[in-house]
Amino acid sequence: MSALEVSRLEKSFGGLRVTAAVSLSVQPGERRLIIGPNGAGKTTLFNLIAGELRPDSGRIVLFGKDLTRLPSRRRAHLGLARTYQIITLFPRDTLLRNVTLSLLGLAPLRWNPFLPLDRQRGLIAQAEAALERVGLRHLAARPLAETSYGERRRVEIAMALAQNPKLLLLDEPFAGLSLEERRDVAQLLLDIPRGVTIVMIEHDMDVALDLAERITVMHFGEIVVEGSRAEVVADPRTREIYLGA
Amino acid sequence: MIPSRLAVAAALAALATLPLWMSGVFYVNIASQILIYAVFALGLNVLVGYAGLVSLGHAGLFGVAAYGVAYLLAAGFGHGTAIFAGLAVAVLATAVFAALALRATGIGFIMITLALGQILWGLAYRWIGVTNGDNGISVATRPAPFGVSLAGSTAFYDATFVVFLLALAASAVFVRSPFGVSLNGTRDQPRRMNALGYHVWMIRYCACLFSGLLTAIAGILFVYYTEFISPQTLALASSAEVLLMVISGGSGTLLGPIAGAALVVIVKNVASAYIERWNLLLGAIFVAIVIFMPEGFVPGTIRLARLGLRAAKA
Repeated sequence: MSALEVSRLEKSFGGLRVTAAVSLSVQPGERRLIIGPNGAGKTTLFNLIAGELRPDSGRIVLFGKDLTRLPSRRRAHLGLARTYQIITLFPRDTLLRNVTLSLLGLAPLRWNPFLPLDRQRGLIAQAEAALERVGLRHLAARPLAETSYGERRRVEIAMALAQNPKLLLLDEPFAGLSLEERRDVAQLLLDIPRGVTIVMIEHDMDVALDLAERITVMHFGEIVVEGSRAEVVADPRTREIYLGA
Repeated sequence: MIPSRLAVAAALAALATLPLWMSGVFYVNIASQILIYAVFALGLNVLVGYAGLVSLGHAGLFGVAAYGVAYLLAAGFGHGTAIFAGLAVAVLATAVFAALALRATGIGFIMITLALGQILWGLAYRWIGVTNGDNGISVATRPAPFGVSLAGSTAFYDATFVVFLLALAASAVFVRSPFGVSLNGTRDQPRRMNALGYHVWMIRYCACLFSGLLTAIAGILFVYYTEFISPQTLALASSAEVLLMVISGGSGTLLGPIAGAALVVIVKNVASAYIERWNLLLGAIFVAIVIFMPEGFVPGTIRLARLGLRAAKA
């Protein structure tokens, strides 16, 4: 069974076809990289998979379960987590609270209007562990607004990992990071166990290439090339898209 | 944090003993009014402050509870039945209105709540068979819980204070709870909350019900306080007034709406004895708050006090 099976997914905004009959099959434990120039439809594809957009047609299946008609919140409960390209964290809250919110999203406790959240030892300990995993344990009490861009990227990843997902969608995890920060994030991603299947979008080929076994190249809403790293790099169509040659 | 806790404890102690040191029925009654509006403002604050949903129809819900009680008392029912039914009808109205209003957020939500509030005002005005129209309904007696008559202004103040404390405690527990924190999350990042597995609509809906319950409690206190209810209470101006209480005091805080209620009630009742154009004074105060403390005057005063302390130390 595939971890993620996307078949003939179509989405148009008015007259613009953003994804055109996109089909994708990702195996459990795989690291898949989706690359393509700006406007290739990568983020739209993510929004369709995560449920923030409804496809015009096509199917999305996660570990044998059809997600196509489910709202995002149900997909989260089925083991799908994502990070965002434009960071959408909770700026007024501390890092710990951000990660706690992520954990709480899957816990029935989220409906409880009586208990003080700060005293939920188990949940707090899990949130601290998630921050530890991305090396931000020491900043747990700091408000998000007072952290650096690179730290926020790592909070994004901590929040996604905290939910213990089966499929993790990473939308440009390296965007806007310094060289050093990129190395840290890359190491972080390498350390994620194989129980988590990862699909990653990158605009820039170089950084993410080492992390993926298979690579999908998108252009104008279509999948142009798909294969192993060597195959994709060697393919003349890849070069055409990236170099315009 | 410790000085502010002391200040809150001192304020609560002062409120608890108010009839002992505040002489005169007039002032005790004004204190009762402040507490009633404080409960109302706490109810609206659940939506405005914590859910980020601004309602301009809350006076309608306040009025439904008040009319419910007044109507049933006039029909010969006892206080217990009337209070319970008043609460039930107002929460039911909230349940229907929330389902309609939550089709939108932002400006859309404001406009729908405004329209629904106006419908209730219109009903109070025109459905004469039930509401007695413009003449309103009088309430003959106040209840006597545990055999204590609330007919006197001091006894009524004490009862109102107990209800106010319960509402404050419920709000304090609510905002610290997982549900309250989730509600805050839906205010700041609704899309993200959905992706994290939260049912954003249902969270907002439950918040509306809680807000409606507190509002209904305030409405019932109000109808017993004035012993009279008329369509005026449901007018748009009443909704706007309580919204101003929440915003001027500091939305999204526990003490802000209470302080805002105190400000408005005091200016309206006390300052109006000295200044004919008290509306102008209230307006000027609001403008000053918006300019100098856009976050509301409770958080604003704390911020300015901290700045002052820092300047004094330096």
